[in-house]
Amino acid sequence: MLELKGIDKYYNIGTINEMCLFDGFDLTIDDGQFVSVVGSNGSGKTSMLNIICGSIDTDGGRIVMNGQDITNKKEFKRYDDIGRVYQDPSMGTCPAMTILENMAIADNKGKSYNLRLGIQKSRIDYYKELLSRLNLGLEDKLHVKVGALSGGQRQAMSLLMATMTPIKFLILDEHTAALDPKTADIIMELTDAVVKEKKLTTVMVTHNLRYAVEYGNRLIMMHKGNIVLDKAGNEKKNIKVDDILDIFNEISIECGN
Amino acid sequence: MGGIIIGVLEQGFIYGIMALGVYITYKILDFPDLTTDGSFPAGAALTAVMITSGFNPYLTLIVSFIFGMFIGALTGIIHVKFKVRDLLSGIIMMTALYSINLRIAGKANVPLFSQETVFDNGFLSGIMPESLASYQTVIIAFILTVIAKILLDAYLKTKSGFLLRAVGDNETLVTSLAKDIGIVKITGLAIANGLIALSGSIMCQQQRFFDASMGTGTVVIGLASVIIGTNVFKNLTLMKATTAVIIGSVVYKGCVAFAIGCGMSSTDLKLVTAALFLIILIVTMDRKKKVKKNA
Repeated sequence: MLELKGIDKYYNIGTINEMCLFDGFDLTIDDGQFVSVVGSNGSGKTSMLNIICGSIDTDGGRIVMNGQDITNKKEFKRYDDIGRVYQDPSMGTCPAMTILENMAIADNKGKSYNLRLGIQKSRIDYYKELLSRLNLGLEDKLHVKVGALSGGQRQAMSLLMATMTPIKFLILDEHTAALDPKTADIIMELTDAVVKEKKLTTVMVTHNLRYAVEYGNRLIMMHKGNIVLDKAGNEKKNIKVDDILDIFNEISIECGN
Repeated sequence: MGGIIIGVLEQGFIYGIMALGVYITYKILDFPDLTTDGSFPAGAALTAVMITSGFNPYLTLIVSFIFGMFIGALTGIIHVKFKVRDLLSGIIMMTALYSINLRIAGKANVPLFSQETVFDNGFLSGIMPESLASYQTVIIAFILTVIAKILLDAYLKTKSGFLLRAVGDNETLVTSLAKDIGIVKITGLAIANGLIALSGSIMCQQQRFFDASMGTGTVVIGLASVIIGTNVFKNLTLMKATTAVIIGSVVYKGCVAFAIGCGMSSTDLKLVTAALFLIILIVTMDRKKKVKKNA
């Protein structure tokens, strides 16, 4: 379970541009939920993910993960339990290292990075099997540098690498936004499969309303640092893309756009 | 002529070990580390004192390496823990080391007279055939460089080595792997300066003296070697970058020897060093901030 309790977040404190994003923001995500988060630019979606992961500091409130207060836990330590895939496909892999080396380094997460050989020969068949499930032919390119792969291939690898080791939470930060529609569909299906297989508690930020409606079992819409729509279970199942669009338009009209 | 070539090879191999250290900081970590100008003579100072005090010359290699690691770790801690910019962290350490090296050595110039060195000792003269006597130094320098290279190659294939390469490539990924990038950077700087101090130790034994100003311009030689090596041989996929860097060091020393041979005075050495480096930067177009072209 992941809880955000009374989170405050200000930007540009002490300047004329001071902006309050979150003022007492609350959110509770239960185990096994797959939450899709939608909202316009500046609504606080990505800030929320960064606060969960510790990439940015908060100005108040508490973050509780599985009953443990992690508000002051360093970013890298939080990733013991979290896997994250970014919008930019180059963020989740090492471009100058080969596919095999990337798989090996991700496989070692949670263990010590010591002076043993980086690639264990006995694991290579396992990597090949994981890669073959992507249906991208990567299993035959083990010694190709990841920098030579396409964005879609790299994002598929990022997803694979982020979920290879036992984690509890998966954070998806607009992870299909930089891909063409067809590749985005493939990555989205892969995501759904891995979330179901590993029973991961997932938070997915997306601008694609169709994905938000089709995938996951809870949908949240954010606006100016507040949750304006929160549907789970059957309510979520009955929601349509048009319903969300309507709410979107209403909000935009309020803003005077 | 033959003497010049042998001299170039000797210097090229010995500075090649230093260039391996610069390769770690500049190419792998993307950290312009000026500590080099201080850690190179630090290894030499320690070696000069140990040898004149009667220690085994082979022991000085290990002690210098460890001392260099300590120096590199300090640079890393200044940068990571106190958030001082990379260039400034190196400048602080380089400046401090100038005095520290003088403290260690006791004076600005320590000559090694008849003491045994790794290039010249009882054990070696027992096994080295008479005919190879004039090549003895270059052979030893070559062997030491190859050992350093093999050990570095082996390290870069370990899990820890993977993490080091990943930090230079994509810091975000290393954080996602639940590892502290700061610790990895400190480790990388430690290994790099260990190699640089080791190179200084070997240089001191080859030229048979320590001089307080011998470190000036070391980082330029190292960067030039790395850039020559990695640019000239970048299309040879079979050649490891570490090999290319050592060859780059030999090539660079050859260029300097050629320039001096063309009538420059030996006091112009640093000017030649700097001018050649500038030419290399312009020719290879490496002067632009390394863009992540693979991203």
